[in-house]
Amino acid sequence: MVVAIEAADDEAVGRAMAALGEALTRRPATSSTDSLGPLTSRTVGTAARTAEADLALVSTPGRVAVLDAVDALDSGLDVMLFSDNVAVEHEVALKERAAGAGLLVMGPDCGTAVVGGVGLGFANVVRPGPVGIVAASGTGAQHLMALLDEAGIGVAHCLGVGGRDLSSAVQGRSTFAAIDRLIRDDKVELIVVISKPPAAEVAAMLRDRATKVATPVLVRLLGPGEPDLTQTAAAVADALGRPWREPARLGPSLERRSGWLRGLFSGGTLCDEAMLIAAEALGEVWSNIPLAGQPALDETLTAPGRHVFIDFGDDRLTAGRPHPMIDGRIRNERLARELADPGCAVVLLDVVLGHAAHADPAAELAPLVASADKPVIVSLVGTRDDPQGRDGTAARLVDAGAVVHASNAAAAREAVLVVSAGTP
Amino acid sequence: MSRSGLSAERVITAGVELLAAALEGQAVDVRRVDWAPPVAGAEDALATVLLDPRRAQANADAVAAMTSARAELVDVRPASECLGLERGHFLHAGPPIGWDRASGPLRGALIGAAVYEGLAATADEAETMLAEGAFTWEPCHHRGAVGPMAGVVSSSMWMLELHDDLHDTRSWCSLNEGLGKVLRYGAYSPDVIDRLRWMSDVLGPALQKATRARGPIDVKAIVAQMIQMGDEGHNRNRAGTLMLLKEWLPHLIEAGLDPADLAEVVRFVSGNDHFFLNVGMPTCKLMTSAAAGIPGSTVVTTMARNGTDFGIRVSGTGDAWFTGPAQLAEGLYLGAFGPDDANPDIGDSAITETAGIGGFAMATAPAIVRFVGGSVPDALATTRRMYDICVGDNPGWALPIMDFRGTPTGIDVTAVLRTGRLPQINTGMAGKVAGTGQVGAGLVTPPMDCFTAAIEALADAVPARS
Repeated sequence: MVVAIEAADDEAVGRAMAALGEALTRRPATSSTDSLGPLTSRTVGTAARTAEADLALVSTPGRVAVLDAVDALDSGLDVMLFSDNVAVEHEVALKERAAGAGLLVMGPDCGTAVVGGVGLGFANVVRPGPVGIVAASGTGAQHLMALLDEAGIGVAHCLGVGGRDLSSAVQGRSTFAAIDRLIRDDKVELIVVISKPPAAEVAAMLRDRATKVATPVLVRLLGPGEPDLTQTAAAVADALGRPWREPARLGPSLERRSGWLRGLFSGGTLCDEAMLIAAEALGEVWSNIPLAGQPALDETLTAPGRHVFIDFGDDRLTAGRPHPMIDGRIRNERLARELADPGCAVVLLDVVLGHAAHADPAAELAPLVASADKPVIVSLVGTRDDPQGRDGTAARLVDAGAVVHASNAAAAREAVLVVSAGTP
Repeated sequence: MSRSGLSAERVITAGVELLAAALEGQAVDVRRVDWAPPVAGAEDALATVLLDPRRAQANADAVAAMTSARAELVDVRPASECLGLERGHFLHAGPPIGWDRASGPLRGALIGAAVYEGLAATADEAETMLAEGAFTWEPCHHRGAVGPMAGVVSSSMWMLELHDDLHDTRSWCSLNEGLGKVLRYGAYSPDVIDRLRWMSDVLGPALQKATRARGPIDVKAIVAQMIQMGDEGHNRNRAGTLMLLKEWLPHLIEAGLDPADLAEVVRFVSGNDHFFLNVGMPTCKLMTSAAAGIPGSTVVTTMARNGTDFGIRVSGTGDAWFTGPAQLAEGLYLGAFGPDDANPDIGDSAITETAGIGGFAMATAPAIVRFVGGSVPDALATTRRMYDICVGDNPGWALPIMDFRGTPTGIDVTAVLRTGRLPQINTGMAGKVAGTGQVGAGLVTPPMDCFTAAIEALADAVPARS
């Protein structure tokens, strides 16, 4: 093929050459169908060749999730890596590559994110607003967003970075990338970073970064002696000059009882937060995800005559079956056992609503709660607009006899209070 | 590449269906990946290779080299002259192999070549001498050549010579003998040898005169046209053959040949629908050679079979062969032949698929299903499937039925292992007993072993991270 260009000057020839180059390299079919019907792709890489996209959501098994995540980065897409059990060296390599390309890796083990109002993974329906959240990305981030939403404070983006991001190995690469992306968004007036305590040198880098950006950055660590998520939400409201009132509590008032506290959780951060509150008041707390210095449960997950907290969303319990936020059966079976156990004085549990979560958790929980001869305290994480209907869910649980809190910390405090005087 | 805004209006999903559905519930434009686990055992090597920062650019370079390569037919000469091939040294298709493991058709073709060269008086004598190590042989690919089916080349056979003036490389292929009982399918009866002699005495010199008088013929341009005329360039070369003859014809007429010879040459070329294959193959060889030896590239640069082993070579691992057992093709049989008569896959002709035509361009050649079996929808689906295992498209070879999308080009070892989709090859089938000839045609794939071996070598070649 010969292309002749007739032009007035060199500059016009240059323009013509550029236009020609584009015309010759343009891919004719970038639609998701061709003359034979819809195109299917086996990899993110080939899908990205025929579909315009902003982001890839990868939830393939952890050992191989890196493959499609690399595809996404090579295709110029941000990645949300929902998969767990991703090797730390894969995580570091992915985040290095993303940094070189100006892209963001959310995860691995990133359970929730909100990007431009779209909820990815397990995500609540939150109103748009001025807050940008950077979090390890689990139920802690969901809870903070739900609390803010109830206070009338919306979220622009909630970016998950994975639980290891602030470790020495990963060096906070996604946290810093996420902050960089949020400060470039005019809608974001306040950046909130919530994290478990980072590695010392990463904490220093984070503090340094937080002081050098134009957008205010609120860094809140989760752990002993640190504010809980509800206090963090109040601090965000304060920083934005918005009114704050304590989150709602519904249901009967409870008497103190003799016996043991049993916390049955689907969200790891919610379980951690409740354990911190319980341990401070009650001392020894047994768990499958024990706090530092606290005893660990064995695989039977039982410790008769002790306060027990179980995170049913822990990797070791979800291998080969759906997450308890999707399918509550395992936790419901345990709830039935605790309700029948005369040693158990009070049950504390979380119910997490939102996209991808169980379509109607109240339908399964309410009959169990109604049969109980002891208090059941529910930490309900959700918003008005969640598909399950937060208010309807709360009403059905209260009708069954439960106490329902919008604050996980408040729920934990009330459960502690029930047993605090009566521990045998 | 860097994204300035944060958006999830258009999301590609791989994995849990529930998460894709949750996005669709929010009116997000969701594109689902039809995900399947990668080939078992290859996971760790795949991760190492995919994380190699050189890979994406190396593969883009490989495909650019492949598509930009040029291929002009510049001469027709004896192998002794253009390849420096000595008497008693043969070239053959596929990866290296000794006599003890050589298949029936490869043995038959070597026997026929030895007789043809006058190195042995009879087939029996040739067989004894071959078995005793009186002669030597090596793959065509080791000398820049390609040979269909058994692919046996001996010193006095005439070769088509192609030149890539961009990369200044050359490739060669013998003259196509036609279908049926022919040397490349392992036949060596007297009529086979007589035809070879006529090809050296009359056909080769005539085509040399015509080619030299015509000047370089742009074969890639002919391929671009033939794939819009119902040929896929491996098992269907009808339009290509006639277009090639069209280039030669005036110069043949002017060459001063004996009229009977002229008529026989034209009759021979025009009567053999596969004549073009032997210029198409070295064209593809020039393209894939241009893509060879790029560190970090996972693009396949050779697929070739010797009737026993299927071998591939990969850009990032240079000349190393990765082999597995050659498979039996599935397809249609000639006359009374059946599956029991067929030899496993053989020939360098899978170089056409390596360069993006043949089985990869099945969609453009629906008529071929009458020759290799299958249905027209299968043919269309095959090409679409091949896009999933290739790095790019070749805009120079556009397929009308695919909305003029270019042929799928640059087979990516990592994509084959991740999708479990093997390259689709259209092929002829040789009889497994030496001397039989062609028994059918059909569809075949390489064994996955070639790709699992290649990924380990590619992973070993990735520099350690600093």
